[in-house]
Amino acid sequence: MALVQQSSPHAHNARPTSRVMLWVIIAALPGLVAQTVFFGWGNLINVAWCIVVALASEAAFLKLRGKPVAFFLKDNTAAVTGLLLGLSLPQFAPWWVSAIAVITAIIIAKQLYGGLGSNPFNPAMVGYALVLISFPVAMTTNWAEAAMLFQGAPGFGETLARIFSASQTAVDGWTMATPLGEYKHKIASHTATEVLTHPTFGEGIARGWEWVNVAFLAGGLVLVFLRIITWHIPAGFLGALIVMSLAFGANADQYAPLSLHLLAGGTMLGAFFIATDPVSAATSHHGKLIYGAGIGVLIYVIRSWGNYPDAVAFSVLLMNFAVPFIDYYTPPRAYGHHKARRGLPGKNQG
Amino acid sequence: MTQLWDFTGGIHPAENKQQSTARPIRAAGLPERLVLPLQQHIGDPAESLVQVGERVLKGQKIADVTVGMGVPVHAPTSGVIESIAEMPVPHPSGLNDWCITLKPDGEDQWRERHPVSDYRSLDRETVLGIIHEAGISGMGGAGFPTDIKLRPPKDRKVDTLILNGAECEPYITADDMTMREKADEVVAGLKVMAWILRPERCVIGIEDNKPQAIEAMQKACEGTQIEIAVIPTKYPSGGEKQLIRVLTGQEVPSAGIPADIGVMCQNIGTAVAVSRAVFDDSPLISRIVTITGEAVREPGNFEVLIGTPIDYLLEQASLESSKVNRLVLGGPMMGYTLTTTAVPVTKTTNCVIAATAAELPAPPPEQPCIRCGQCAEVCPMELLPQQLFWYSKSGEFEKAEHLNLFDCIECGACSYVCPSSIPLVQYYRYAKGEIRVQRAEQIKADRARERFEARQARLEREQQEKEQRRKERAKAAAEAQAKKQAEAEKAAEAGEAVDERAAKAALVQQALERKKAKAATKASQPASAEATASEDKPDIEALEKQLEQAKSKLDNMQGMLDDAKAQQADNVDKLERAVAKNHDRVQRAEQALADARKALVGTTESQTSD
Repeated sequence: MALVQQSSPHAHNARPTSRVMLWVIIAALPGLVAQTVFFGWGNLINVAWCIVVALASEAAFLKLRGKPVAFFLKDNTAAVTGLLLGLSLPQFAPWWVSAIAVITAIIIAKQLYGGLGSNPFNPAMVGYALVLISFPVAMTTNWAEAAMLFQGAPGFGETLARIFSASQTAVDGWTMATPLGEYKHKIASHTATEVLTHPTFGEGIARGWEWVNVAFLAGGLVLVFLRIITWHIPAGFLGALIVMSLAFGANADQYAPLSLHLLAGGTMLGAFFIATDPVSAATSHHGKLIYGAGIGVLIYVIRSWGNYPDAVAFSVLLMNFAVPFIDYYTPPRAYGHHKARRGLPGKNQG
Repeated sequence: MTQLWDFTGGIHPAENKQQSTARPIRAAGLPERLVLPLQQHIGDPAESLVQVGERVLKGQKIADVTVGMGVPVHAPTSGVIESIAEMPVPHPSGLNDWCITLKPDGEDQWRERHPVSDYRSLDRETVLGIIHEAGISGMGGAGFPTDIKLRPPKDRKVDTLILNGAECEPYITADDMTMREKADEVVAGLKVMAWILRPERCVIGIEDNKPQAIEAMQKACEGTQIEIAVIPTKYPSGGEKQLIRVLTGQEVPSAGIPADIGVMCQNIGTAVAVSRAVFDDSPLISRIVTITGEAVREPGNFEVLIGTPIDYLLEQASLESSKVNRLVLGGPMMGYTLTTTAVPVTKTTNCVIAATAAELPAPPPEQPCIRCGQCAEVCPMELLPQQLFWYSKSGEFEKAEHLNLFDCIECGACSYVCPSSIPLVQYYRYAKGEIRVQRAEQIKADRARERFEARQARLEREQQEKEQRRKERAKAAAEAQAKKQAEAEKAAEAGEAVDERAAKAALVQQALERKKAKAATKASQPASAEATASEDKPDIEALEKQLEQAKSKLDNMQGMLDDAKAQQADNVDKLERAVAKNHDRVQRAEQALADARKALVGTTESQTSD
């Protein structure tokens, strides 16, 4: 009778990391479908390409670091990074832009910091921010417009060729700004009513974008329901964005209205899929609310007064910086204590 | 309906209780040997009262605690003491400990018993004494001596007495079956404890997954004021702190005890033991143990004599030794694995799980923490398990302590849900152990430092005292000197130094005599000169002596002055003056001596010239 020695607990019923990540991928599918429906094949091709590059670069670097490749690839985290970049990048972003974003995300933002669990910054957003700054033209002129789908959108082959073609000449009919960019650009010289007549905005809030955002919202709610993520970060994120819009954006002739903020950009994808990356987010419930709210505020500030029409990447990265600070000062009150022990040892003992 | 509160966190592991509740409680019978560890609870080990070879009776006290906190050990049956030696005992460390081995003679002969029928006629101390003498320690987990627990601090009144029948750990059904089958004994024991403590409220908390136990207890409590609180099934609701929150809405203060908020928790098994001690005068010599797991064919609960070896028990439940992979003592959440089946049942043994490899599989390999926060979601103490893990792993124990590491009850809920299958509790135990070692070392170092400092202080004090004495002496000497000096000055003013009066008087006398003598010599009176010479001789001796004394005094004063200078004492000036004066005095004495000698030579010459 060879008895096994093991430390308690002897029972486990964990949802392993790989399954958690799989659920994230599944929950993102409605958004991906909506993107495909309204913007063509671009995002789908991007997602596939980004995941391939993500897995390849992760595998290569794990091998370089002498880590078990299969063990880490199976946790699906690299795939999620690829997926998020594929969902975020412009539909017609050239293949090398996507590849650079993904390689930066996996190797620089994740593996160089020690791999899974050790990265202080959201890898996907590091990659996104890098290509946004480095290749501004490629990153701002390759957006598909939902409107063009109704006027004969590029087919799968055409999209594929566009993404992977060697010559990256911009074709006017395909390259569009995002609704937020369009609004920001035109509101300086036009009234809100005039700006909203642009086909980008369509009949509703922002043609196509509104449905994509609703789809990501739905997927995000599934994650909350499955307790893959908690409601705190999205609530802080959206709550702060709403408050900022109401406080500063009452005049639609000056700033984008609340509806556009919520449904015309990467808001829902950011709130439920990007800001909630557990590795680089705050940990306690209180801290998550503050972290989410910080992102919401920064998004509004950058969108309204900064140079970029959308600001999820920068906002998330900026709040990643603040995470250790937030974590130190937002521990919960433990059972049997009068108050939480904030800060570092030696201060505010309670 | 009792008002209930919820506690934060918690999990719902597979219960696995039905396997061991299918059969009624069985008597495990008499094994070939009973091994009774001298320490079966928190506190100090008992000391053996018996000799090897001695025959003991059932219920006879065979070991007792003379120093410190603890309870006695009794013979579970009659028989002969076979050995008192170190044997394997149930402990996570797997170390051996001192045990009395009893070989039963099969007669099961009781010692004389004095049951108490009306404990209310006794005073409370007597009843507490009975509970102590019966060797009862808490039968739920840690095993705190029950009589000590039943004496809350004087300034704390216990308002609520809770009987913990939650039994939230999967697999374990010992309390469940006890409540089903021995409800009356449970209630009787609870009443005794309630009589001792006089609480305002008595409540038995039972998880809602034990309907039969609830029913039995409700029936047994009919007509009493004892509340039966049916609480939701959630692990770890049976944790003392969690149960108190569920039943009272209050929290036990960190590092405090339930009595701090007027609450006391006792275990179901403890109540039965108290009842038996009082009403049957039967000490704690047996308990209910759950034997379960897929490697035993007939899982169930057994009434087991304390000291019964686990392998004997497993046999009673028909162990299939080829199937057993992991042997867990206690529940799957908090129990520990046994390295051998040769260990005995103790007062705190509530369950043995003989698990197959499929039943309790080895956890998957540890993955990096992704800070998902699941652990914090389920932590019933509202801690931050993830941060505790980082700090424990990186050896930043101060930070871990700051985040209340020592509030962790090691329930294992965090490890249970960790998607990276990190053995979190293991890290906390490690950190706690390291901190305890560091503290012990710190205390040791502090003591050594204190000792050293005390020694230094003593040496310094002695030195100072010595110095003080020396100074006092010097001062006294200086004063005496100054006094003499003053007198001398006074005398000098008067024409003669007091202390030199004799000498000077002598000198003057001599001088006068010399003059007379010279005059006499000049008057050519050799006889008288001879007489003068004979008178002169002692004068020189006296002067020499005087000079010597003055010199030694000067030396002495000089020495004192040097010392005083070295210590920068405040009497340096005085001493300097004294030294100068002594110096003068020496010179005068020398002068006087020289004069005297000259005079003497003069007389001698005059004599020889004659």
